[in-house]
Amino acid sequence: MKELVIISGKGGTGKTSLLAGFAAVAKDKVLCDADVDAADLHLVMNPQIRERHDFQSGHTASIDQDKCTRCGLCRDVCRWDSIDEDFVVDPIACEGCGVCCYLCPEKAIDFPLNTCGEWFLSNTRFGPMAHASLGIAEENSGKLVTLIRQQGRKLAEENHMDLLLTDGPPGIGCPVIASIGGATALLIVAEPTVSGKHDMTRVAELAAFFKVPAMLCVNKFDLNPEQAGAMEDFAAARGIRVMGRIPYDPVFTKAMVQGLTVVEYDAGSPGAMGVKKIWEAVARGLEI
Amino acid sequence: MIISVASGKGGTGKTTVATNLAVSLGPGVQLLDCDVEEPNAHLFIQPVMEEVKTINTPVPQIDMQKCTLCGKCGEICQFKAIVVLGKTVMPFHELCHSCGGCMLVCPAGAVTEVGRELGVIERGHRDGLEFVHGRLRVGEAMSPPLIRKVREYTRRGSLTIIDAPPGTSCPVIASMKGADFVLLVTEPTPFGLHDLKLATGAVRMLGIPCGLVINRSDVGDDRVKAYARAQDIPVFMEIPFDRRIAEIYSRGHMIVEAMPERKAQFVNLYRQIEKIVS
Repeated sequence: MKELVIISGKGGTGKTSLLAGFAAVAKDKVLCDADVDAADLHLVMNPQIRERHDFQSGHTASIDQDKCTRCGLCRDVCRWDSIDEDFVVDPIACEGCGVCCYLCPEKAIDFPLNTCGEWFLSNTRFGPMAHASLGIAEENSGKLVTLIRQQGRKLAEENHMDLLLTDGPPGIGCPVIASIGGATALLIVAEPTVSGKHDMTRVAELAAFFKVPAMLCVNKFDLNPEQAGAMEDFAAARGIRVMGRIPYDPVFTKAMVQGLTVVEYDAGSPGAMGVKKIWEAVARGLEI
Repeated sequence: MIISVASGKGGTGKTTVATNLAVSLGPGVQLLDCDVEEPNAHLFIQPVMEEVKTINTPVPQIDMQKCTLCGKCGEICQFKAIVVLGKTVMPFHELCHSCGGCMLVCPAGAVTEVGRELGVIERGHRDGLEFVHGRLRVGEAMSPPLIRKVREYTRRGSLTIIDAPPGTSCPVIASMKGADFVLLVTEPTPFGLHDLKLATGAVRMLGIPCGLVINRSDVGDDRVKAYARAQDIPVFMEIPFDRRIAEIYSRGHMIVEAMPERKAQFVNLYRQIEKIVS
Protein backbone atom coordinates (compact mmCIF):
# COMPACT_ATOMS: atom_id res chain seq x y z
CA MET A 1 0.00 0.00 0.00
CA LYS A 2 1.20 3.49 -0.86
CA GLU A 3 0.28 6.61 1.06
CA LEU A 4 0.78 10.12 -0.25
CA VAL A 5 0.45 12.82 2.41
CA ILE A 6 -0.02 16.41 1.31
CA ILE A 7 1.49 18.96 3.66
CA SER A 8 2.56 22.58 3.34
CA GLY A 9 4.00 24.09 6.49
CA LYS A 10 2.17 27.32 5.78
CA GLY A 11 -1.62 27.16 5.80
CA GLY A 12 -3.82 28.09 2.87
CA THR A 13 -1.44 27.11 0.07
CA GLY A 14 -3.99 24.82 -1.57
CA LYS A 15 -3.45 21.39 0.03
CA THR A 16 -7.11 20.45 0.17
CA SER A 17 -8.02 21.78 -3.28
CA LEU A 18 -5.10 19.86 -4.78
CA LEU A 19 -5.98 16.66 -2.95
CA ALA A 20 -9.61 16.99 -4.08
CA GLY A 21 -8.36 17.37 -7.66
CA PHE A 22 -6.23 14.23 -7.27
CA ALA A 23 -9.29 12.39 -5.94
CA ALA A 24 -11.08 13.16 -9.20
CA VAL A 25 -8.30 11.78 -11.42
CA ALA A 26 -6.60 9.00 -9.41
CA LYS A 27 -8.00 5.47 -9.62
CA ASP A 28 -8.82 3.06 -6.78
CA LYS A 29 -7.90 5.11 -3.74
CA VAL A 30 -9.07 5.87 -0.26
CA LEU A 31 -9.24 9.48 0.92
CA CYS A 32 -8.13 10.48 4.37
CA ASP A 33 -8.48 13.91 5.99
CA ALA A 34 -5.76 14.16 8.62
CA ASP A 35 -6.28 17.89 9.19
CA VAL A 36 -8.57 17.01 12.08
CA ASP A 37 -8.26 20.42 13.71
CA ALA A 38 -9.85 22.31 10.79
CA ALA A 39 -11.03 19.58 8.44
CA ASP A 40 -12.27 20.93 5.10
CA LEU A 41 -12.04 18.05 2.60
CA HIS A 42 -15.61 16.95 3.39
CA LEU A 43 -16.89 20.29 2.06
CA VAL A 44 -15.88 19.19 -1.43
CA MET A 45 -16.31 15.42 -1.05
CA ASN A 46 -19.80 15.58 0.46
CA PRO A 47 -19.30 12.23 2.21
CA GLN A 48 -22.20 9.90 3.01
CA ILE A 49 -21.33 8.86 6.55
CA ARG A 50 -21.57 5.06 7.08
CA GLU A 51 -20.03 4.87 10.54
CA ARG A 52 -19.65 7.44 13.29
CA HIS A 53 -17.47 6.92 16.37
CA ASP A 54 -16.54 8.96 19.41
CA PHE A 55 -12.88 9.78 19.80
CA GLN A 56 -11.88 9.44 23.42
CA SER A 57 -8.47 10.45 24.61
CA GLY A 58 -6.89 12.19 27.55
CA HIS A 59 -8.36 13.09 30.94
CA THR A 60 -9.36 16.25 32.79
CA ALA A 61 -9.29 16.69 36.55
CA SER A 62 -12.45 17.62 38.42
CA ILE A 63 -12.60 18.36 42.15
CA ASP A 64 -15.45 17.09 44.31
CA GLN A 65 -16.17 20.10 46.55
CA ASP A 66 -17.83 17.92 49.20
CA LYS A 67 -14.69 15.84 49.72
CA CYS A 68 -12.14 18.64 49.24
CA THR A 69 -10.57 19.93 52.51
CA ARG A 70 -8.79 22.80 50.73
CA CYS A 71 -5.38 21.61 51.86
CA GLY A 72 -3.88 23.19 48.73
CA LEU A 73 -1.61 20.31 47.72
CA CYS A 74 -3.19 20.09 44.27
CA ARG A 75 -2.55 23.78 43.64
CA ASP A 76 1.06 23.39 44.76
CA VAL A 77 1.80 20.48 42.41
CA CYS A 78 -0.11 21.70 39.35
CA ARG A 79 2.33 23.16 36.83
CA TRP A 80 -0.45 24.56 34.63
CA ASP A 81 -2.06 26.90 37.20
CA SER A 82 -5.30 25.18 36.33
CA ILE A 83 -6.79 25.07 39.85
CA ASP A 84 -8.11 28.37 41.17
CA GLU A 85 -8.38 29.63 44.76
CA ASP A 86 -11.84 28.10 45.07
CA PHE A 87 -10.45 24.71 44.05
CA VAL A 88 -12.19 24.65 40.72
CA VAL A 89 -10.30 23.20 37.75
CA ASP A 90 -10.12 25.20 34.53
CA PRO A 91 -10.64 22.39 31.98
CA ILE A 92 -8.93 24.41 29.24
CA ALA A 93 -5.78 24.91 31.28
CA CYS A 94 -5.72 21.32 32.66
CA GLU A 95 -3.04 19.29 30.87
CA GLY A 96 -4.49 15.95 31.97
CA CYS A 97 -1.33 14.87 33.78
CA GLY A 98 -3.28 13.47 36.74
CA VAL A 99 -0.68 14.50 39.32
CA CYS A 100 -3.28 16.29 41.50
CA CYS A 101 -5.61 13.31 41.34
CA TYR A 102 -2.85 10.84 42.22
CA LEU A 103 -1.61 12.86 45.20
CA CYS A 104 -4.88 14.19 46.68
CA PRO A 105 -4.98 12.87 50.28
CA GLU A 106 -8.80 13.01 50.32
CA LYS A 107 -9.26 11.25 46.98
CA ALA A 108 -11.44 14.23 46.10
CA ILE A 109 -10.28 14.56 42.50
CA ASP A 110 -11.99 12.71 39.72
CA PHE A 111 -10.15 12.18 36.43
CA PRO A 112 -12.64 11.17 33.72
CA LEU A 113 -11.73 10.24 30.16
CA ASN A 114 -12.47 13.00 27.64
CA THR A 115 -14.55 12.63 24.52
CA CYS A 116 -12.70 15.08 22.33
CA GLY A 117 -14.06 14.48 18.88
CA GLU A 118 -15.64 12.14 16.39
CA TRP A 119 -14.35 10.11 13.48
CA PHE A 120 -16.20 8.83 10.46
CA LEU A 121 -16.03 6.22 7.74
CA SER A 122 -17.82 7.41 4.63
CA ASN A 123 -18.51 6.89 0.97
CA THR A 124 -17.89 9.63 -1.55
CA ARG A 125 -18.33 9.90 -5.31
CA PHE A 126 -14.57 9.27 -5.55
CA GLY A 127 -14.34 6.30 -3.19
CA PRO A 128 -14.17 5.55 0.52
CA MET A 129 -13.07 8.24 2.96
CA ALA A 130 -11.87 8.34 6.58
CA HIS A 131 -12.26 11.67 8.33
CA ALA A 132 -12.67 13.21 11.74
CA SER A 133 -13.63 16.26 13.64
CA LEU A 134 -11.75 17.30 16.76
CA GLY A 135 -13.82 19.18 19.32
CA ILE A 136 -13.09 22.88 19.65
CA ALA A 137 -10.15 23.64 21.96
CA GLU A 138 -9.46 19.94 22.39
CA GLU A 139 -6.09 18.28 22.72
CA ASN A 140 -4.67 15.03 21.39
CA SER A 141 -5.00 15.95 17.73
CA GLY A 142 -1.88 13.84 17.02
CA LYS A 143 -3.58 10.73 18.40
CA LEU A 144 -6.67 11.38 16.29
CA VAL A 145 -4.49 11.83 13.20
CA THR A 146 -2.80 8.49 13.89
CA LEU A 147 -6.19 6.83 14.36
CA ILE A 148 -7.69 8.27 11.19
CA ARG A 149 -4.69 7.21 9.09
CA GLN A 150 -5.00 3.67 10.50
CA GLN A 151 -8.70 3.68 9.61
CA GLY A 152 -7.88 4.91 6.10
CA ARG A 153 -5.42 2.06 5.69
CA LYS A 154 -8.02 -0.44 6.89
CA LEU A 155 -10.59 0.94 4.45
CA ALA A 156 -8.09 0.50 1.63
CA GLU A 157 -7.38 -3.10 2.62
CA GLU A 158 -11.08 -3.94 2.87
CA ASN A 159 -11.70 -2.45 -0.56
CA HIS A 160 -8.59 -4.05 -2.10
CA MET A 161 -7.12 -0.68 -2.91
CA ASP A 162 -3.43 0.14 -2.83
CA LEU A 163 -3.48 3.91 -2.52
CA LEU A 164 -4.22 6.26 0.33
CA LEU A 165 -4.41 10.01 -0.35
CA THR A 166 -4.04 11.93 2.91
CA ASP A 167 -4.69 15.63 3.45
CA GLY A 168 -2.31 16.80 6.18
CA PRO A 169 -2.49 19.73 8.60
CA PRO A 170 -0.43 22.96 8.42
CA GLY A 171 2.58 23.57 10.66
CA ILE A 172 5.37 21.24 11.80
CA GLY A 173 4.13 20.26 15.28
CA CYS A 174 2.31 17.33 16.83
CA PRO A 175 -0.46 16.67 14.25
CA VAL A 176 1.98 17.06 11.34
CA ILE A 177 4.48 14.67 12.91
CA ALA A 178 1.60 12.20 13.37
CA SER A 179 0.62 12.67 9.71
CA ILE A 180 3.93 11.87 8.09
CA GLY A 181 5.38 8.88 9.97
CA GLY A 182 5.40 5.82 7.73
CA ALA A 183 4.08 7.64 4.64
CA THR A 184 5.41 6.53 1.25
CA ALA A 185 5.98 10.13 0.24
CA LEU A 186 5.02 13.69 1.11
CA LEU A 187 3.90 16.27 -1.39
CA ILE A 188 4.74 19.74 -0.14
CA VAL A 189 2.43 22.38 -1.62
CA ALA A 190 4.06 25.78 -1.37
CA GLU A 191 3.31 29.27 -2.60
CA PRO A 192 6.01 31.50 -4.10
CA THR A 193 6.23 34.07 -1.30
CA VAL A 194 8.89 34.78 1.31
CA SER A 195 6.60 33.16 3.91
CA GLY A 196 5.97 30.22 1.61
CA LYS A 197 9.69 29.66 1.12
CA HIS A 198 10.43 30.01 4.84
CA ASP A 199 7.70 27.52 5.78
CA MET A 200 8.58 25.08 2.99
CA THR A 201 12.16 25.03 4.31
CA ARG A 202 10.97 24.10 7.80
CA VAL A 203 8.62 21.38 6.58
CA ALA A 204 11.37 20.01 4.30
CA GLU A 205 13.66 19.83 7.35
CA LEU A 206 10.89 17.97 9.19
CA ALA A 207 10.59 15.45 6.34
CA ALA A 208 14.36 14.92 6.42
CA PHE A 209 14.30 14.62 10.24
CA PHE A 210 11.78 11.76 10.02
CA LYS A 211 13.37 10.39 6.83
CA VAL A 212 10.21 10.55 4.70
CA PRO A 213 10.82 11.23 0.96
CA ALA A 214 9.35 14.54 -0.18
CA MET A 215 8.15 16.08 -3.43
CA LEU A 216 7.36 19.73 -4.16
CA CYS A 217 4.64 21.52 -6.11
CA VAL A 218 4.59 25.33 -6.30
CA ASN A 219 1.04 26.63 -6.42
CA LYS A 220 0.14 30.11 -7.78
CA PHE A 221 3.68 30.16 -9.20
CA ASP A 222 2.95 33.12 -11.49
CA LEU A 223 2.44 35.48 -8.52
CA ASN A 224 6.23 35.46 -8.26
CA PRO A 225 7.96 33.20 -10.85
CA GLU A 226 11.40 34.20 -9.61
CA GLN A 227 10.62 33.06 -6.06
CA ALA A 228 9.03 29.87 -7.46
CA GLY A 229 12.25 29.10 -9.32
CA ALA A 230 14.36 29.75 -6.22
CA MET A 231 12.17 27.37 -4.22
CA GLU A 232 12.44 24.64 -6.84
CA ASP A 233 16.24 25.02 -6.89
CA PHE A 234 16.31 24.86 -3.10
CA ALA A 235 14.20 21.69 -3.16
CA ALA A 236 16.22 19.99 -5.91
CA ALA A 237 19.46 20.65 -4.00
CA ARG A 238 18.00 18.81 -1.01
CA GLY A 239 16.80 15.75 -2.88
CA ILE A 240 13.17 16.89 -2.99
CA ARG A 241 11.68 15.99 -6.36
CA VAL A 242 10.04 18.90 -8.16
CA MET A 243 6.66 17.80 -9.54
CA GLY A 244 5.67 20.96 -11.40
CA ARG A 245 3.77 24.20 -11.03
CA ILE A 246 0.17 25.35 -10.90
CA PRO A 247 -0.81 28.89 -11.95
CA TYR A 248 -2.97 31.23 -9.90
CA ASP A 249 -6.46 30.43 -11.13
CA PRO A 250 -9.74 31.77 -9.64
CA VAL A 251 -11.31 28.49 -10.79
CA PHE A 252 -10.14 26.89 -7.52
CA THR A 253 -12.35 29.19 -5.46
CA LYS A 254 -15.26 28.93 -7.90
CA ALA A 255 -15.13 25.12 -7.76
CA MET A 256 -14.96 25.19 -3.95
CA VAL A 257 -18.04 27.43 -3.75
CA GLN A 258 -19.94 24.82 -5.81
CA GLY A 259 -18.64 21.98 -3.62
CA LEU A 260 -16.77 20.52 -6.59
CA THR A 261 -13.20 19.62 -7.42
CA VAL A 262 -11.46 21.87 -9.90
CA VAL A 263 -11.36 18.97 -12.39
CA GLU A 264 -15.15 18.54 -12.26
CA TYR A 265 -15.83 22.26 -12.39
CA ASP A 266 -13.74 23.05 -15.46
CA ALA A 267 -11.46 20.29 -16.71
CA GLY A 268 -9.94 22.54 -19.34
CA SER A 269 -8.99 25.40 -16.99
CA PRO A 270 -5.30 26.13 -16.38
CA GLY A 271 -5.78 25.14 -12.73
CA ALA A 272 -7.33 21.75 -13.55
CA MET A 273 -4.72 21.04 -16.23
CA GLY A 274 -2.02 21.86 -13.68
CA VAL A 275 -3.54 19.48 -11.12
CA LYS A 276 -3.71 16.66 -13.68
CA LYS A 277 -0.09 17.14 -14.71
CA ILE A 278 1.08 17.19 -11.10
CA TRP A 279 -0.88 14.01 -10.41
CA GLU A 280 0.73 12.23 -13.38
CA ALA A 281 4.18 13.21 -12.09
CA VAL A 282 3.32 12.18 -8.51
CA ALA A 283 1.89 8.83 -9.70
CA ARG A 284 5.13 8.16 -11.59
CA GLY A 285 7.06 9.16 -8.45
CA LEU A 286 4.99 6.71 -6.37
CA GLU A 287 5.42 4.06 -9.07
CA ILE A 288 1.71 3.42 -9.41
CA MET B 1 -4.60 45.63 25.81
CA ILE B 2 -3.91 42.30 24.12
CA ILE B 3 -5.30 41.68 20.64
CA SER B 4 -4.91 38.17 19.28
CA VAL B 5 -5.15 37.77 15.50
CA ALA B 6 -6.51 34.31 14.63
CA SER B 7 -8.38 32.62 11.79
CA GLY B 8 -9.13 28.90 11.93
CA LYS B 9 -8.12 28.39 8.32
CA GLY B 10 -4.50 28.98 7.40
CA GLY B 11 -3.32 31.42 4.76
CA THR B 12 -6.19 33.88 5.15
CA GLY B 13 -3.95 36.83 6.02
CA LYS B 14 -3.40 36.75 9.80
CA THR B 15 0.24 37.75 9.51
CA THR B 16 -0.58 40.47 6.97
CA VAL B 17 -3.17 41.99 9.32
CA ALA B 18 -1.06 41.58 12.48
CA THR B 19 2.10 43.12 11.00
CA ASN B 20 0.39 45.98 9.18
CA LEU B 21 -1.70 46.78 12.24
CA ALA B 22 1.37 46.80 14.50
CA VAL B 23 3.43 49.02 12.18
CA SER B 24 0.54 51.41 11.53
CA LEU B 25 0.09 52.06 15.25
CA GLY B 26 3.69 53.15 15.63
CA PRO B 27 6.16 52.99 18.52
CA GLY B 28 5.35 51.46 21.87
CA VAL B 29 3.45 48.55 20.37
CA GLN B 30 4.48 44.94 20.95
CA LEU B 31 4.11 42.22 18.34
CA LEU B 32 4.35 38.60 19.52
CA ASP B 33 4.44 35.97 16.79
CA CYS B 34 2.95 32.90 18.48
CA ASP B 35 2.80 30.81 15.30
CA VAL B 36 5.92 29.09 16.56
CA GLU B 37 5.64 26.20 14.09
CA GLU B 38 5.81 28.50 11.10
CA PRO B 39 6.65 32.02 12.29
CA ASN B 40 6.50 34.53 9.42
CA ALA B 41 5.95 37.99 10.92
CA HIS B 42 9.71 38.67 11.16
CA LEU B 43 10.01 38.32 7.38
CA PHE B 44 7.86 41.46 7.03
CA ILE B 45 8.87 43.37 10.17
CA GLN B 46 12.59 42.64 9.65
CA PRO B 47 13.43 43.53 13.24
CA VAL B 48 16.93 44.09 14.55
CA MET B 49 17.27 41.07 16.84
CA GLU B 50 18.81 41.71 20.25
CA GLU B 51 18.34 38.51 22.14
CA VAL B 52 18.14 34.80 21.36
CA LYS B 53 17.19 32.39 24.11
CA THR B 54 16.95 28.62 23.97
CA ILE B 55 13.81 27.39 25.71
CA ASN B 56 13.81 24.03 27.43
CA THR B 57 11.09 22.06 29.08
CA PRO B 58 11.91 19.85 32.09
CA VAL B 59 12.00 16.09 31.50
CA PRO B 60 13.06 13.32 33.91
CA GLN B 61 16.46 11.79 34.35
CA ILE B 62 16.84 8.67 36.49
CA ASP B 63 19.69 7.92 38.85
CA MET B 64 19.80 4.12 38.70
CA GLN B 65 22.06 4.05 41.78
CA LYS B 66 19.11 5.36 43.80
CA CYS B 67 16.20 3.77 41.90
CA THR B 68 14.51 0.86 43.66
CA LEU B 69 12.42 -0.14 40.59
CA CYS B 70 9.23 0.46 42.60
CA GLY B 71 7.40 1.53 39.42
CA LYS B 72 5.60 4.55 40.91
CA CYS B 73 6.94 6.89 38.21
CA GLY B 74 5.50 4.74 35.44
CA GLU B 75 2.23 4.48 37.35
CA ILE B 76 1.63 8.23 37.66
CA CYS B 77 2.70 9.12 34.11
CA GLN B 78 -0.33 9.62 31.85
CA PHE B 79 1.76 9.97 28.73
CA LYS B 80 3.74 6.71 28.76
CA ALA B 81 6.85 8.84 28.94
CA ILE B 82 8.53 6.78 31.65
CA VAL B 83 8.48 3.00 31.78
CA VAL B 84 10.07 0.47 34.13
CA LEU B 85 11.50 -2.30 31.97
CA GLY B 86 13.05 -5.22 33.85
CA LYS B 87 15.97 -3.81 35.80
CA THR B 88 15.97 -0.37 34.21
CA VAL B 89 13.81 2.73 33.87
CA MET B 90 13.36 4.23 30.41
CA PRO B 91 12.29 7.86 30.11
CA PHE B 92 10.91 8.82 26.67
CA HIS B 93 11.68 12.52 26.62
CA GLU B 94 9.73 13.37 23.46
CA LEU B 95 6.49 12.06 25.03
CA CYS B 96 6.95 13.94 28.32
CA HIS B 97 4.55 16.79 29.15
CA SER B 98 6.78 18.11 31.97
CA CYS B 99 4.22 17.67 34.75
CA GLY B 100 6.88 16.64 37.27
CA GLY B 101 4.73 13.80 38.61
CA CYS B 102 7.44 11.14 38.42
CA MET B 103 9.80 13.28 40.44
CA LEU B 104 7.13 13.98 43.09
CA VAL B 105 6.20 10.34 43.64
CA CYS B 106 9.67 8.80 43.56
CA PRO B 107 10.30 7.66 47.16
CA ALA B 108 14.04 7.23 46.55
CA GLY B 109 14.72 10.70 45.12
CA ALA B 110 16.08 9.06 41.97
CA VAL B 111 14.32 11.40 39.54
CA THR B 112 15.77 14.79 38.69
CA GLU B 113 14.97 17.02 35.74
CA VAL B 114 16.99 17.91 32.69
CA GLY B 115 15.92 20.02 29.72
CA ARG B 116 14.45 19.03 26.35
CA GLU B 117 14.85 21.85 23.85
CA LEU B 118 11.51 23.21 22.63
CA GLY B 119 13.03 25.84 20.41
CA VAL B 120 14.24 29.41 20.66
CA ILE B 121 12.74 32.79 21.43
CA GLU B 122 14.12 35.81 19.62
CA ARG B 123 13.46 39.39 20.67
CA GLY B 124 14.18 42.53 18.72
CA HIS B 125 12.78 45.87 17.64
CA ARG B 126 11.98 48.04 14.68
CA ASP B 127 11.37 51.78 15.01
CA GLY B 128 10.17 51.50 18.60
CA LEU B 129 8.05 48.42 17.94
CA GLU B 130 9.06 45.52 20.17
CA PHE B 131 9.08 42.18 18.39
CA VAL B 132 9.19 38.69 19.95
CA HIS B 133 8.73 35.31 18.33
CA GLY B 134 9.26 31.65 19.07
CA ARG B 135 10.71 29.11 16.66
CA LEU B 136 9.78 25.52 17.48
CA ARG B 137 12.69 23.11 17.06
CA VAL B 138 12.13 20.97 13.95
CA GLY B 139 11.09 17.55 15.25
CA GLU B 140 9.55 18.93 18.48
CA ALA B 141 5.84 18.08 18.72
CA MET B 142 4.63 20.35 21.51
CA SER B 143 4.17 24.01 20.66
CA PRO B 144 1.91 25.29 23.51
CA PRO B 145 4.69 25.47 26.15
CA LEU B 146 6.83 27.56 23.78
CA ILE B 147 3.84 29.77 22.96
CA ARG B 148 3.27 30.36 26.68
CA LYS B 149 6.95 31.37 27.02
CA VAL B 150 6.58 33.89 24.17
CA ARG B 151 3.52 35.32 25.89
CA GLU B 152 5.51 35.87 29.10
CA TYR B 153 7.09 38.79 27.21
CA THR B 154 3.75 40.63 27.27
CA ARG B 155 4.28 44.07 28.78
CA ARG B 156 1.35 45.15 30.93
CA GLY B 157 0.03 48.56 30.06
CA SER B 158 1.13 48.54 26.46
CA LEU B 159 -0.67 47.32 23.34
CA THR B 160 0.28 43.74 22.51
CA ILE B 161 -0.65 42.20 19.17
CA ILE B 162 -0.42 38.41 18.89
CA ASP B 163 -0.10 36.58 15.58
CA ALA B 164 -1.75 33.22 16.34
CA PRO B 165 -1.30 29.89 14.52
CA PRO B 166 -4.08 28.43 12.32
CA GLY B 167 -6.53 25.83 13.63
CA THR B 168 -8.61 25.69 16.80
CA SER B 169 -6.78 23.24 19.06
CA CYS B 170 -4.31 23.73 21.91
CA PRO B 171 -1.72 26.00 20.17
CA VAL B 172 -4.50 28.42 19.16
CA ILE B 173 -6.04 28.40 22.64
CA ALA B 174 -2.58 29.09 24.10
CA SER B 175 -2.36 32.13 21.77
CA MET B 176 -5.83 33.53 22.52
CA LYS B 177 -6.39 32.79 26.22
CA GLY B 178 -6.29 35.96 28.30
CA ALA B 179 -6.51 38.28 25.28
CA ASP B 180 -8.87 41.26 25.51
CA PHE B 181 -9.96 40.90 21.91
CA VAL B 182 -9.65 38.34 19.11
CA LEU B 183 -9.49 39.67 15.59
CA LEU B 184 -10.53 36.91 13.21
CA VAL B 185 -9.24 37.03 9.65
CA THR B 186 -11.07 34.98 7.06
CA GLU B 187 -11.79 34.67 3.37
CA PRO B 188 -15.32 34.39 1.96
CA THR B 189 -15.03 30.77 0.77
CA PRO B 190 -16.61 27.55 2.05
CA PHE B 191 -13.31 26.52 3.69
CA GLY B 192 -12.89 29.99 5.18
CA LEU B 193 -16.44 29.95 6.57
CA HIS B 194 -16.23 26.44 7.96
CA ASP B 195 -13.01 27.18 9.83
CA LEU B 196 -14.30 30.60 10.93
CA LYS B 197 -17.20 28.85 12.64
CA LEU B 198 -14.72 26.65 14.54
CA ALA B 199 -12.59 29.65 15.48
CA THR B 200 -15.66 31.59 16.64
CA GLY B 201 -16.62 28.61 18.79
CA ALA B 202 -13.19 28.68 20.42
CA VAL B 203 -13.33 32.45 21.02
CA ARG B 204 -16.82 32.20 22.52
CA MET B 205 -15.70 29.33 24.76
CA LEU B 206 -12.97 31.60 26.11
CA GLY B 207 -15.48 34.43 26.51
CA ILE B 208 -13.47 36.99 24.52
CA PRO B 209 -15.11 39.62 22.26
CA CYS B 210 -14.23 39.28 18.59
CA GLY B 211 -14.47 41.05 15.25
CA LEU B 212 -13.77 40.12 11.67
CA VAL B 213 -11.51 41.12 8.81
CA ILE B 214 -12.58 39.66 5.46
CA ASN B 215 -9.59 39.26 3.19
CA ARG B 216 -9.91 38.77 -0.59
CA SER B 217 -13.46 39.95 0.09
CA ASP B 218 -14.56 39.82 -3.54
CA VAL B 219 -13.78 36.16 -4.21
CA GLY B 220 -16.11 33.32 -3.16
CA ASP B 221 -19.62 34.01 -1.94
CA ASP B 222 -21.67 35.98 0.64
CA ARG B 223 -22.02 33.28 3.25
CA VAL B 224 -19.27 34.62 5.54
CA LYS B 225 -21.03 37.99 5.76
CA ALA B 226 -24.39 36.32 6.41
CA TYR B 227 -22.78 34.26 9.17
CA ALA B 228 -21.17 37.34 10.74
CA ARG B 229 -24.55 39.11 10.74
CA ALA B 230 -26.36 36.14 12.26
CA GLN B 231 -23.69 35.74 14.94
CA ASP B 232 -23.48 39.46 15.64
CA ILE B 233 -19.77 39.61 14.80
CA PRO B 234 -18.79 43.09 13.56
CA VAL B 235 -16.96 43.23 10.21
CA PHE B 236 -14.24 45.86 10.68
CA MET B 237 -12.46 45.70 7.38
CA GLU B 238 -12.71 44.18 3.93
CA ILE B 239 -9.67 43.80 1.74
CA PRO B 240 -10.59 43.03 -1.90
CA PHE B 241 -8.31 40.73 -3.88
CA ASP B 242 -5.64 42.85 -5.49
CA ARG B 243 -2.89 41.21 -7.47
CA ARG B 244 -0.60 44.08 -6.44
CA ILE B 245 -1.11 43.21 -2.75
CA ALA B 246 -0.45 39.53 -3.50
CA GLU B 247 2.80 40.45 -5.25
CA ILE B 248 3.86 42.91 -2.52
CA TYR B 249 3.24 40.14 0.02
CA SER B 250 5.12 37.57 -2.05
CA ARG B 251 8.24 39.75 -1.89
CA GLY B 252 8.01 40.16 1.88
CA HIS B 253 6.88 43.79 1.85
CA MET B 254 4.11 45.28 3.93
CA ILE B 255 0.98 46.83 2.49
CA VAL B 256 1.36 50.03 4.54
CA GLU B 257 4.91 50.50 3.26
CA ALA B 258 4.11 49.96 -0.40
CA MET B 259 0.76 51.75 -0.15
CA PRO B 260 1.08 54.29 2.72
CA GLU B 261 -2.45 55.53 2.05
CA ARG B 262 -3.69 52.22 3.54
CA LYS B 263 -2.29 53.04 6.97
CA ALA B 264 -5.41 54.97 7.97
CA GLN B 265 -7.51 51.84 7.45
CA PHE B 266 -5.42 49.89 9.94
CA VAL B 267 -5.49 52.74 12.46
CA ASN B 268 -9.25 52.85 12.04
CA LEU B 269 -9.40 49.08 12.57
CA TYR B 270 -7.68 49.58 15.91
CA ARG B 271 -10.04 52.42 16.90
CA GLN B 272 -13.02 50.12 16.37
CA ILE B 273 -11.45 47.42 18.56
CA GLU B 274 -10.58 50.00 21.21
CA LYS B 275 -14.21 51.13 21.35
CA ILE B 276 -15.44 47.59 22.00
CA VAL B 277 -12.78 46.73 24.59
CA SER B 278 -13.20 49.91 26.62
